Amino acid sequence: MNKYNLTHLKELDAESIYVLREVAAQFENPVLLFSGGKDSIVCYHLARKAFYPANVPFPLMHIDTGHNFPELYEFRDGLIKETQGRLIIASVQQSINEGKVVEEKGINASRNKLQTTTLLDAIEEHKFDCAMGGARRDEEKARAKERFFSHRDDFGQWDPKNQRPELWNLFNGKKHFGEHFRAFPISNWTEMDIWQYILAENIKIPSLYFSHKRPCFERDGVIMAKTDFVETKESEHITEMQIRFRTIGDATCTGATLSNADDLNKIIDEVAASRITERGGRSDDKRSEAAMEDRKKEGYF
Amino acid sequence: MENNYLNMDLLRFTTAGSVDDGKSTLIGRLLYDTKSIFEDQLEAIETASEKKGEENVNLALLTDGLRAEREQGITIDVAYRYFATPNRKFIIADTPGHIQYTRNMVTGASTANLAIILVDARNGIVEQTKRHSFIAALLGIPHIVYCINKMDLVNYDQKKYEKLKSDLVGFSSKLKTKDIRFIPISALNGDNVVNRSSKMIWYEGSTLLHTLENIHIASDHNHIDCRFPVQNVIRPQKKEFHDFRGYGGRIAGGVFKKGDKVTILPSGFESIIKSINTFDGEISEAFAPMSITICLEDDIDISRGDMIVRENNQPISSQDIDLMVCWMDEKPLELRGKYIIKHTSKEVRCMVKNIQYKMDINTLHRIEEGVQIGANDIARISIRTTKPLFFDNYSKNRNTGSLILIDEGTNNTVGAGMIL
Repeated sequence: MNKYNLTHLKELDAESIYVLREVAAQFENPVLLFSGGKDSIVCYHLARKAFYPANVPFPLMHIDTGHNFPELYEFRDGLIKETQGRLIIASVQQSINEGKVVEEKGINASRNKLQTTTLLDAIEEHKFDCAMGGARRDEEKARAKERFFSHRDDFGQWDPKNQRPELWNLFNGKKHFGEHFRAFPISNWTEMDIWQYILAENIKIPSLYFSHKRPCFERDGVIMAKTDFVETKESEHITEMQIRFRTIGDATCTGATLSNADDLNKIIDEVAASRITERGGRSDDKRSEAAMEDRKKEGYF
Repeated sequence: MENNYLNMDLLRFTTAGSVDDGKSTLIGRLLYDTKSIFEDQLEAIETASEKKGEENVNLALLTDGLRAEREQGITIDVAYRYFATPNRKFIIADTPGHIQYTRNMVTGASTANLAIILVDARNGIVEQTKRHSFIAALLGIPHIVYCINKMDLVNYDQKKYEKLKSDLVGFSSKLKTKDIRFIPISALNGDNVVNRSSKMIWYEGSTLLHTLENIHIASDHNHIDCRFPVQNVIRPQKKEFHDFRGYGGRIAGGVFKKGDKVTILPSGFESIIKSINTFDGEISEAFAPMSITICLEDDIDISRGDMIVRENNQPISSQDIDLMVCWMDEKPLELRGKYIIKHTSKEVRCMVKNIQYKMDINTLHRIEEGVQIGANDIARISIRTTKPLFFDNYSKNRNTGSLILIDEGTNNTVGAGMIL
């Protein structure tokens, strides 16, 4: 490689740091949404790089459905402690208790969609003017059209047909009172970029990503972990399987894959060979062809 | 695999073509033949193609993201796609064919190293071909690849291709783009896209993918004129970094080295680079487009919007600026109107002093009398800013030569400017 030519991962790294610094400069009270998944972990890592040696100048916020795996909470709290970060927890359970949302019923009940209300309420409560997230454009077709700086109206809604044009690397974060922004620093990364970066930068991730034994069952071709939050039908047999998670979301809608990949190199080989997208195991996206677009318009991540 | 991945570089390209030129099919083909499409995505478009009663799997459906787009069979907004080969990673800015065309193509082109312009082999050069070529040249895209598509519909006729190529050479000699290439393809059948065509053995050049993989892009950044717009001042307020005062930013041009003598604009103060810092430690030199933190030997008052440059190579500093502007808003550009400008990390206000001419982007003629600049128009204008900007000509540096205009009332981005 030419002496003055960046590798693609270094160029993505530089781009994301630039975006994070723009957010810090253009907004008064930004927040980084943190799910404990690999994408938000990479975002947080990039934020630490962007402002080093100063502390990250904004807090993290976890929209907690209460239905996450225990390993995730443990990881989250460990990371925050180690890096002296600030963490805000916005609880979906609390939104349910306050009657703001009604829990879904039935066998496929999930709190995934309820997160939107909790998120919008938390943004209002803390007066955040920009919520950053680890969404990537390669994840899903509606996300392929997202901007780095995504304008939301005072109801938190996204209008995909009327987005501000975004040219060069000049981001327009101007807004009226009550409006806010979403910003996506790792828009241009792919799943493979994330894994290679985690390996190259030696970034810690939750144990759920690595192969382990866990009681599971199969539903509609997707392997689900047996947890207290998921009802199982009589016909669904619970067996111990050797699995890992490719994405980590709420335990009620995140599918596992059969896997022996117990280190990063093996995961990378597996991702390279995989013929199914990582969201292929997410039942939240399967609800309709435009499921993600509909949720995003309402204010989802 | 692992080492290779860490050595790949990045090519950003944009695709342009008129309606029905087969642009979505071409992108679908690139993704499909490079095995960048996953089974669940393929199943989803197979189902969708069947529902629409189409015979073959419609690869174009891969790139239509929004519900309205799938329903109407058109692309509304710029979408970004990703694929990789063992040597290079690619980001495609897929821009729509008709609605808001100029606005979207300008957006997609602003960050691209390369433009693919599709030409229908049956129709030859049409107005849109000229428009796309002009925009690609205006936006300073270094490489243009003309794909003569639908060769299958002209019996893979070499004469047709050669004629079209010579027409395009003639036309594009008026444009500034230096690197122009031509490839005869059939996106539908995959001829010369990823795999060589057995039907066009007369064509001795590279396939499209081979071209994309091997085109030289290392010189696309300006590594001569040192420009460092300050984004943030980094002050840790921690005991162990008590006196640390760094300037965070992304290098917009040139190579900065520890020990370099620098000048800070607008103050004109001089200093020396004490250190170049990153999370992974100090480095001795840094170049565009790296994000770094610079510390200086002297305590100088520097804030966001200032620019660190080499003392013997400074940008133009002026309040009176001539630019080409692409208008993006329904509300027309107002002569003597006031707008907010974002240029590098600086924000100022400006007034439009003069509209020199509007470009007829189909004929490339200039219209000078009684012009109104509306959405999707391209014009040459003069502005005066409230404070000096530090800039280079767009043709010299796309980072320091570009700016956006923002409406003070609606906060919308209404114009994209390229400084002359």
